Amino acid sequence: MRKFLQEFGRYSMLMGRVFARPENRKMVWKQVPVEMVKLGTDSIILVAIISIFMGVIMTMQVVLNTENPLLPRYTTGLMLRDTYLLEFSSTIMCLLLAGKVGSNIASELGSMRVSEQIDALEIMGINSANYLIFPKIMGLVLFMPVLVTLCTGLGLLGGMGVAKFTSLITVDNFVYGLQYAFIPFYFTYSVIKSIFFGFVIASISSFYGYYANGGAIAVGQASTNAVVKSSIMMLLMDIVLTDIMLT
Amino acid sequence: MIEVLDINKSFEGKKILHDISANFYDGKVNQIIGPSGSGKTVLMKCVIGLHIAEDGQILYDGRDILNMRKDEIKKLRREVGMLFQGSALFDSLTVIENVLFPLEMFSSMTKIEKEKRAIFCLERVNLLEDKHKLYPSEISGGMQKRVAIARAIALNPKYLFCDEPNSGLDPVTSLVIDKLIKEITQEYDITTIVNTHDMNSIMETGDHIILIRDGHKTWEGSKDDIFKSDNESLQDFVFASQLFKTIKTVHNNN
Repeated sequence: MRKFLQEFGRYSMLMGRVFARPENRKMVWKQVPVEMVKLGTDSIILVAIISIFMGVIMTMQVVLNTENPLLPRYTTGLMLRDTYLLEFSSTIMCLLLAGKVGSNIASELGSMRVSEQIDALEIMGINSANYLIFPKIMGLVLFMPVLVTLCTGLGLLGGMGVAKFTSLITVDNFVYGLQYAFIPFYFTYSVIKSIFFGFVIASISSFYGYYANGGAIAVGQASTNAVVKSSIMMLLMDIVLTDIMLT
Repeated sequence: MIEVLDINKSFEGKKILHDISANFYDGKVNQIIGPSGSGKTVLMKCVIGLHIAEDGQILYDGRDILNMRKDEIKKLRREVGMLFQGSALFDSLTVIENVLFPLEMFSSMTKIEKEKRAIFCLERVNLLEDKHKLYPSEISGGMQKRVAIARAIALNPKYLFCDEPNSGLDPVTSLVIDKLIKEITQEYDITTIVNTHDMNSIMETGDHIILIRDGHKTWEGSKDDIFKSDNESLQDFVFASQLFKTIKTVHNNN
């Protein structure tokens, strides 16, 4: 408990420095699109592949495992839509991204710490936390809704592919299910969650990378800690956000 | 001039620096020498303010860094250049972008003036134009050190810190770097502090030297005083190798 409080204190102080006034606002904001590309657009292929395949697999599983005459045929589309909107595109996809993006951030900052690049920034009189971490947080927070929307769209497209190219379910039934009892707020909920998760991934991973101390082993440990801790925090935050927004 | 007065530093209860006092002079290469693990780097980091000394004073031309506000420290750091042991160049930036970085961050020059200044600094460290667009990983260790010096002097610093500038370099390249540091120090009247245990470097550029051993200052003098001194700690450190024992014998006979 004491260790947790100590870490939380250090994390809070780091965030204080991250959101402090920068020495040169233009230079810091110039890094935001760079980070968006590095952390966001470079993840599009991974997100696309996982979303489409999971859409296909989930559709097949639902059709094959719900052969109950009491369940209407359109259940498959409806279940896929709500699963993607409520949990898959935000929580599960962000957990996967925590692995890719989180380890990337932690290892980059850890390497910079080990090779004294962060010290070099401090010596120049630059708030290194602000210059290095703020663009990563902003880049991911701003791009996460795009990834989540893409994930939902491609997942549903995968399901549609099953309806179109197999005889498991008809396109009409699937599309009817997608449209049935649609609650637009679910989309907003998904986007809001992704913004919080983007912040959690970027800030926690940055924290472990920024304070990596030692050599290559420390960078590896920082990477592992970044992925594990940000995943746990995201799951806890998921419960809180769901409780606040859906109950 | 930088004055260090009675500073102490401990890590997790272990005392690393014991009551260190020293002066570092303008226009001179001031060296902190000593064996590995003696506390040289900790002393240098305390002087820069990367580690906070527990007590005493560290005066930059009369301004005590230990009693400064954060914004004052930031301002002071713009007068400081540093050459790190591993160069610490930014991997994602090219050679010229590395030198431009402090200018972009703090200077009010126009874009053309900044580029001119960066090219001037790179030329001053004899780095040819064909290397300017390369990334740090594409140039040799010696060139990386020269780029780091160019970056350190980009904002015309009053104080230059060099942490083991010869580490990982061959003897010839080491001499080039030593010479460059000395020339720049004299040319711009900078207070330069070099942390080293390289004997060639000590004999080449040591205008003012302090010896640290187990966290204590055990000797102070210039490279010319080394042969005259009978300080045991200095003798153990400097004349550890057969080569330097022979040099000392020859020197004393002459």
